[in-house]
Amino acid sequence: MSTTVTKARHSRTVTGPERAGDRPTPPTRPGTHRRRAAAFGAVRRALTGGTTLLWAAIVVVPVYWLVVTSLRTRADFTADSPLALPGHPTLDNYRTVLAGDFTTYLLNSVFVTVATVVLTMAFALMAAFAIVRGAGSRLSRVSFRLYLLGLAIPLQAVIIPVYLLIIRMRLYDSLLAIVLPSAAFALPITVMILVSFLRDVPRSLFEAMIVDGAGDWRMLWSLAAPLARPALMTVAVYDGLQVWNGFLFPLILTQSGDRAVLPLALTLYRGQFGIDVPATMAAVVLSTLPMFALFVLARRQLVAGLTAGFSK
Amino acid sequence: MAAPALLLFGLFGLVPLAGVVVLGLTRWDGLGSIGWAGFANWSAVLADGATWQALGLTVKVMAVSWLVQTPIALALGVFQAPRGRLRALFAVLFFLPLLLSAVAIGLTWQALLDPSFGIGATPGLHWLAEPLLGSPDLALYTVIFVIAWQFVPFHALLYQAGIRQIPTALYEAAALDGAGPVTRFLHITVPQLKYTMVTSSTLMLVGSLTYFDLVFVLSGGTGGPGTATRVLPLAMYITGFQAHDMGRASAVATLLVVFGLGLSLLMTRLSGFTRMDSQQEGM
Repeated sequence: MSTTVTKARHSRTVTGPERAGDRPTPPTRPGTHRRRAAAFGAVRRALTGGTTLLWAAIVVVPVYWLVVTSLRTRADFTADSPLALPGHPTLDNYRTVLAGDFTTYLLNSVFVTVATVVLTMAFALMAAFAIVRGAGSRLSRVSFRLYLLGLAIPLQAVIIPVYLLIIRMRLYDSLLAIVLPSAAFALPITVMILVSFLRDVPRSLFEAMIVDGAGDWRMLWSLAAPLARPALMTVAVYDGLQVWNGFLFPLILTQSGDRAVLPLALTLYRGQFGIDVPATMAAVVLSTLPMFALFVLARRQLVAGLTAGFSK
Repeated sequence: MAAPALLLFGLFGLVPLAGVVVLGLTRWDGLGSIGWAGFANWSAVLADGATWQALGLTVKVMAVSWLVQTPIALALGVFQAPRGRLRALFAVLFFLPLLLSAVAIGLTWQALLDPSFGIGATPGLHWLAEPLLGSPDLALYTVIFVIAWQFVPFHALLYQAGIRQIPTALYEAAALDGAGPVTRFLHITVPQLKYTMVTSSTLMLVGSLTYFDLVFVLSGGTGGPGTATRVLPLAMYITGFQAHDMGRASAVATLLVVFGLGLSLLMTRLSGFTRMDSQQEGM
């Protein structure tokens, strides 16, 4: 089945039950049923709509508070009402944070994230290609199962042996110490998503290339990679978000301040700024801005990335 | 071609999986040499009331989180499934927590829930000026709430995607047969969402074993007040990296591994998740 066919069929069937459920009911049905049906629809809309509104408030209020607090002076922070707009809005907190080591932390985070994503993508694409091309072979089946198992390993459960390994490899307190395990733990989900995508590539395309005398590497590079581009973008964004926000590996595998990535740096800020909550909140906002920019640029990819492989 | 990925995943994923079992049988302070300890760690861990308390807290967080998050996520998913401008706006708002790191979320909520300067200082919201994170009775539920704040949007996305994949034809056919909305919801929506529910629940339950960052930050690294929020992963971290008893911490970590693998095995067996895999073509 070609991917275009799948997509066309897909888009025709994409409709919520709500929309389907709201269709006028056939005239053959008795009136009481219809009234009960209408009542149920109204109750459901009230329930889901009410939950949505309430949850929207629960999500938005803390985010709003975070931003306005970061714009307050320390004096206003203790004096103002927490949810009011800042009386004397100031960017001083941001200046304070940026005057420190923020750029170092930012660059560390960028390096760790980019290196991990590139490594994961390259390895996962090769693995997914091998699994799909070797479909049915024992190696393909076994490695697929291994990645499936990998999805169920909690990171925390294996952190001590990982720590030992990193020490023995003399990588402790380096950025590479975060990159390698992060990539390893991003592999299972990435491979699974790429496999389910590459499986839909028609076999005849590969066969045509084989007839043309192409080897595995050429097929990977000039057929699988371009075809898998949407899936690759999606998993890159998803893995990137995970690594950017990762805390456990940096906490345990690095030590020096100048190797700190942003989430770890945030805990350092708390120690440094003490009760200066507005400055800490400015650091929180700054650490989130790159992800927010990514979100604005690639919202669709992000949503797809977060649901890909998990939904049917 | 499969080799580089298998090598990396084997080295940092599978070797540590075996390694944690072996390290659980050793004595190691994290820096010096590693000595054999036999089952000493295990008898100590199993005899220690703190282990059982941490395990109990983990199970409690798991159960309450599931009970809280599933209905909310399902309701949000149902509401967001039809397309529309207003719904798109909500979808954007709900996405915000997914962009923040657990550390950022933890620091924000810790400051927000401060009894003196947090949200409780707002006129009309004084009932929130409780030491929610400082009270032994409330701290765990506060943590569960913040966990929900972080993860409900993700599960709502899963349900939204699941609902959008239900073929409209099913509803049309049911309507022609005279099925009302209740019947349609119970006999079409719920069964069709079965896999989504299983996926979401598995991720939620297995994920509960990994709640570390948030609890670490919210409790200032202690799992406090006292040990009120010291869930299993945090107990493991404190034993290993603060009390420098890696052997014992590895034994605790082995409990996590067994728990996690057992849980996801159970869920996949119960649900036919593996069958779902083979429904797809290829393989």
